[in-house]
Amino acid sequence: MTRVVVVGGGVGGTLTANYLAGKLREELRDGKASITLITERDKQLYEPGLLYLIFNRMERDELFKDMEYLLDPAIELRIERALKVDTDAKRIETTEAEYDYDYLVIATGSRLAPEEIPGLKEAGHWFYSLEGAERLRDEIAKFEEGKIVVSIMGIPHKCPVAPIEVTFMLHDFFKLHGRRESVEILYTYPINNVFLMPEVADLVRQYFDERNIKYKTFFNPIEVDPENKKIITLEGEEEDFDLLIAIPPHKGSELAINSNLGDKNGWIPVDRHTLRVEGHDDIYAVGDATNLPVSKAGSVAHFEAEVVSENIAAEIKGLPPTARYFGKAMCFIEMGSELATYIWFDYETPPKLVKPNKFIHWSKIAYNRMYWLTARGIL
Amino acid sequence: MAERVLVDARGSFCPGPLMELVKTIRDVEVGTEIEVLSSDESSAKDIPEWVKKAGQELIGVEKRNDHWSILVKRVK
Repeated sequence: MTRVVVVGGGVGGTLTANYLAGKLREELRDGKASITLITERDKQLYEPGLLYLIFNRMERDELFKDMEYLLDPAIELRIERALKVDTDAKRIETTEAEYDYDYLVIATGSRLAPEEIPGLKEAGHWFYSLEGAERLRDEIAKFEEGKIVVSIMGIPHKCPVAPIEVTFMLHDFFKLHGRRESVEILYTYPINNVFLMPEVADLVRQYFDERNIKYKTFFNPIEVDPENKKIITLEGEEEDFDLLIAIPPHKGSELAINSNLGDKNGWIPVDRHTLRVEGHDDIYAVGDATNLPVSKAGSVAHFEAEVVSENIAAEIKGLPPTARYFGKAMCFIEMGSELATYIWFDYETPPKLVKPNKFIHWSKIAYNRMYWLTARGIL
Repeated sequence: MAERVLVDARGSFCPGPLMELVKTIRDVEVGTEIEVLSSDESSAKDIPEWVKKAGQELIGVEKRNDHWSILVKRVK
C-alpha cells in the first residue's frame, strides 16, 4: 500500500488531497493506496473573505466550511497538529500519533509574525486573521476623522494585492459615508514602488493619485510606538497614525522550521517546476509554504496542487510524472467597492492589466461564493 | 577591520535580496559590513537606492561571474 500524507487543510492541502482521491479512485478502493490529511482545524477559513468582512459585506458564517464536507470521503481526515517530520524514517509526528508516509505533501501555509515589530500588537490592526478582521471592522465603522495608514511591514506576505484592495475599498467606504474629506489615507510599501510588479504599480499609482490616496515607498517599519501612535522606520522616518492597518511580517510554518525543511524564515526550498522539496524525492510542498518567487495566494496553491497530485498519482500508477508548474497565478484586484481588475501571470509572462470594471468586480463577488466548489475539486 | 556579515540571496528574486538586507541590517551593530550576494540584476540597482534613502553607506557593487556582490556598511 502506498501511503500519501498531506499536511495542511488550506487551499493547497485540501485540493491536493481531493485531486489525488479523484485520480486514485481504483487504488483507494482496492487498498493499494491511502490518503491521509492532517490539519489542526476542523473547518477551513476562506481567507479572501476577510477583506469583505471588515466592510460588513461578508459575515463570519459565510467564511467557514467543515473539512469533512470539503474532503472526498475516501480521504482519512485527522484533526491534529503536525509537529515534526522525520525524513529518514519517513514519518510525521503529530500531537496525537505518528504516521508513516511514502509521499508527503506539505501545505502548511504561512503565519503572521506581528511580534517581529515591537509595539505592533498593541497599536496595530490587521485583517489577515478572523479575530483581527472583526476588531478592524468595528474600528472602521466608527472612524470619523483622522489618518489611516495601510502599512506593509514585510515581503513576502499572503495575497500580495490585498493591501492595495483594502486601500481602495477604504476610500470608497468613507466616500459613501460622506467622511472622505475628513479621513486621510496613506499607503506604505517596503520597496521603491507601490507594488512588486511594475505593470500593476503603474495603474495603482494612477488610481491613488486620482483618489488623493497618499503613498510612501522604501518604508520599512521597525517599531510602532503605541503611546504616541507613531510608526518608526529603518530609513529613519516617523509616521503618525490614528488607525494603523498593518500587513504584519509573515513566516513559514513551525513544522518546516522544526523539521529542518525550511530556510531561516521557514520557507521550504522546492524545485520551481516539480515542487519537490530540495534533497527529498518523496516530499512536495505547495502554496504559501514554498520559497518560490510567486504570489502567496490561493490560486497559486490551486495550480500547484494540480501538478503535485498529477505527478504523485502517476508515480503510484507506474507512469512517468511529467506535470510541471510554470508559475501560473491569477488574482482579482478590487479597485474600489464596485470596480475590479485581474491579473494572470507566470514565471515568464508579466501580467497584462484589463481596465478595471464592474463586471470583474461582480465576478469576484460570485467567486467568493463559488470558492467552495474549487476546494472540493469540482471547479 | 570591520566585522562582516554575508547575506547569500542568490537564487532569490527581486525584492528578496533587498528584503534580506533590510532584515539583517536591523540585527547587526553599527559599523558592521554586510555583503549581499544576489543573482538578480535588479538588486544591483535597488539595493544602492535603498542604502542611499536609509542613510547607510554603500561600499561597492561588484559583478562576479553569475551574480552581484553588494557591500553595505551600517553607519547609524
